[in-house]
Amino acid sequence: MDFYFGLAQLIGVHTLLGLSAYIVLLTGQVSLAQAGFFAIGAYCAGMLTVLAGWPIVPALGASALAGAVTACAVGFPALRVKGLMLVIATLAFGEGVRLFFFNFDYQIAKGDIKVGPLGGEGFRQIRYFPEHGWSTLEVMLFVWAFVAASMALLWWFDRSRYGAALRAVGEDELAAQSVGLNLTAVKVSAMTVGGAIAGIGGGLYAHYTTHIEHSSFNILVATFAIAYPIVGGLRNVFGTLAAVVFVQAFLVEGLRDLGDWRNLLFGALIVLAMNLRPQGFLGRRRRA
Amino acid sequence: MLELKGVSRHFGGVRAVDGLDLEVRAGEIVGLIGPNGSGKSTTVNLITGLFPPSSGSIRFLGNDLATLPTHKRLQSGIARTFQNIRLFGQLTVWQNLWVAQNSPEDRARRGFFSRWLGGQSGVREEIGKLLEFSGLAGREDELAANLAFGEQRRLELARALATRPKLLLLDEPAAGMNAEEIAALDERIRLLRARGITVLLIEHHMELVMAVTDRVVVLNFGQKIAEGPPAAIQADPVVRKAYLGGEA
Repeated sequence: MDFYFGLAQLIGVHTLLGLSAYIVLLTGQVSLAQAGFFAIGAYCAGMLTVLAGWPIVPALGASALAGAVTACAVGFPALRVKGLMLVIATLAFGEGVRLFFFNFDYQIAKGDIKVGPLGGEGFRQIRYFPEHGWSTLEVMLFVWAFVAASMALLWWFDRSRYGAALRAVGEDELAAQSVGLNLTAVKVSAMTVGGAIAGIGGGLYAHYTTHIEHSSFNILVATFAIAYPIVGGLRNVFGTLAAVVFVQAFLVEGLRDLGDWRNLLFGALIVLAMNLRPQGFLGRRRRA
Repeated sequence: MLELKGVSRHFGGVRAVDGLDLEVRAGEIVGLIGPNGSGKSTTVNLITGLFPPSSGSIRFLGNDLATLPTHKRLQSGIARTFQNIRLFGQLTVWQNLWVAQNSPEDRARRGFFSRWLGGQSGVREEIGKLLEFSGLAGREDELAANLAFGEQRRLELARALATRPKLLLLDEPAAGMNAEEIAALDERIRLLRARGITVLLIEHHMELVMAVTDRVVVLNFGQKIAEGPPAAIQADPVVRKAYLGGEA
């Protein structure tokens, strides 16, 4: 059973990652920076529980804040670039964050061992859950509480005038300005909310794996983050969830028995899915 | 209300607009006509701030617009439609109108959170009126992209009205319309005047311009070549040579 709970934890965290890209994508920004915010959240929460002895919930709050502040700071220069240029710029940011953690040492002695991030070796012993006797089921439920809250928040946004403004900017910036929408406020706020969600996701990820290192936040993670809402469609947040389940439960775990063939099939099935549902799993097809 | 003084805009060596003086007084319907490439759309884009003028000043209600970004100009009471319709196609008709409610009145009436994250109940009546005005009642849940061409034009006008404009810039609103639709548009523009909205109408369709405007300004090569009541403009030999004659 623990295997399935573990898989559900992973799906939950990847859903948060996908949702963080979803809201940014609504405004028409393709961001590969989400893995960077995810990494910042992971290291932030890990250091707070391990080194500072914080409880998990305030540590995740700090992760959300760290992700949001960084994303807001990335959001302003990102306004000046569009399309492929934005992809490259945000990719550069994400890689910059990864390389920072590759070189980041901050260890203190705890009992007879040293704990904390140690450059390329990573950050081991993030043992808040086992130390406090949480079962895998409890951790899974904890993760999913945040997933549910984030999905509810974005669902609410989608039904509000703010959500309409996000999509309006994503469709036509010129027309959006021409009805009095402030592009800067709309795009940077979306980036900030996305950063907060990715930060929480990172904090949860650090604690359920208990060991993070720079390579946990590489370009593959950034690509997954943006692929989920694209594969799932932008109609609503459930598309992103469906895409995460499709990729992580079916393609990664379900096809594990196929060995090396899995990777080949993985790509082929995503291409097939996108051809069958070009507007995403839950996307709304335009009537011709 | 709107005052352009010596406004020029150069693109490289091309003088798209060249030393233009233009005044639109409150309550007027002013026509802006001229051959293709004479600088009409550039003038609209200068007024709405898509790009700054190379020289000259643009004032609206006594305030210099030079330093205001586009969204602030449009919040201050200027609205526009586009020559090639630019709706938010993946939003519903209702959402297209809802998202445009950014006027000072709307901001004063509801708090920040209620405006952005609140429900639709507080604005239902007003959007209902806009739907009624544009003949789109009952279509509010349709995606804008799925509307017929004429409906899209009407929705774009309604969206501009949702910003509660004092001055409305219509950039070729009759383009692609049939005679029946143009007659309905004519009627709608007159209704706008009755509501106290000032209109700057850019149009090629001369019958419409002659029927609804109080005054016509004629551009050619970015310069104003004539200005006056529609009947006088129609008779003006300079205008006939540059524009009207060419069409007949």
